Amino acid sequence: MSINATLIGQMITFALLVWFTMKYIWPPLFDSLEERKKKIAEGLAAAEKGHEEILLAEKKAKKVLKEAKEQSSEIVTLAQKRANEIVEESKDTAKKEGERLIVAAIAQIEQERQQAKEVLRHEVVSLALKAAEQILGAEIDQGKHQDIISKVSNQLG
Amino acid sequence: MASEAHAAEGATGYIIHHLTPLRVGEGFWSLHLDTLFFSAVLGGLFVWFFKTAAEKATSGVPGLAQNFAEMLIEFIDTQVKDSFHGNSKLIAPLALTIFCWVFLWNFMDMFPVDLLPLIGSLMGIDYLRVVPSTDLNATFAMSISVFFLIIFYSIKIKGPVGFAKELMFQPFGPWLLPFNLLLKLVEEIAKPISLALRLFGNLYAGELIFILIALLPWYIQPVLSFPWAIFHILIITLQAFIFMVLTVVYLSMAHEDH
Repeated sequence: MSINATLIGQMITFALLVWFTMKYIWPPLFDSLEERKKKIAEGLAAAEKGHEEILLAEKKAKKVLKEAKEQSSEIVTLAQKRANEIVEESKDTAKKEGERLIVAAIAQIEQERQQAKEVLRHEVVSLALKAAEQILGAEIDQGKHQDIISKVSNQLG
Repeated sequence: MASEAHAAEGATGYIIHHLTPLRVGEGFWSLHLDTLFFSAVLGGLFVWFFKTAAEKATSGVPGLAQNFAEMLIEFIDTQVKDSFHGNSKLIAPLALTIFCWVFLWNFMDMFPVDLLPLIGSLMGIDYLRVVPSTDLNATFAMSISVFFLIIFYSIKIKGPVGFAKELMFQPFGPWLLPFNLLLKLVEEIAKPISLALRLFGNLYAGELIFILIALLPWYIQPVLSFPWAIFHILIITLQAFIFMVLTVVYLSMAHEDH
């Protein structure tokens, strides 16, 4: 129980331990702690920033999407309008073409009728001449009666 | 019971034997080799562990040793910051050293009371007191070192005149100077004495109870020593913590300028 020189020995040991801890143990461990604290804080800040950026990007994406939708619907409307126009145009042209064909056909019919009429007239004339020949029993000189024939022929046209 | 030949017979002899240190020399200039040896080994253990952790310290993912060391350092740092408001590079490492060293001293109490003395007796060592904190020399060595630090910082922060003024004129003003001086001296001297005796008393009593339990029949021993050992885990940690916190508090008082 007595106090003796052990006290001095223990004090020296204690002083050495405290000195060693102060010099070689506390600073590196404490620094690493502080550094990690800083790193974690930075990491958290970065995460927060990233989160905000994501929100911003989402907003932007939504806006772009909306614009694209608007544009596409505009394009569709335009296309429908154009299609209608094209249909109308083609209807018009078809109508015109049809009319033109009808007109041409009518003209052709008229022409053919004229031709048939001509042929018919000639035949009627010759038939009439033949009949007159028969009736008169005498030969009518075609040269002599050319005037009469053409007169009759004209009356038939 | 180891080396009964050297001790008195019976229970008293057993107890006395266990509480006798391994001593060389006579009078004041004698040494308790067991105290010196175990506290040096434990101090080495503490320094080795923390040095290893400090060498591998990274700010990235810490290893197991670093984790544990950092846990202790954070704990100590919080304690120090709570009660000490000055700026000192010494206080926190000092507190860490005190806490760990005292804890390791006290932890020697957790070994079975006869184990290390038995090994010692096999090696020809007759007396072995394994718990350094049951030696007044160890606890006083630490508390007197702390006392010197208190005096040193008091003079450093307040100046010799300021410190002398505080001793003489507080708390009752200059008219009661001798009374003030007496009161202050008692207050200052009470600090290392209470620090040392508190630690010593707790651990000495704890060790004594372990020794008393060891005297009982073997079938009763576990029933008593198990709860006492569990309770002792609390006590050894608490005593180390108290020593550390009081040191920090005393030193912060020394830093306060009135």
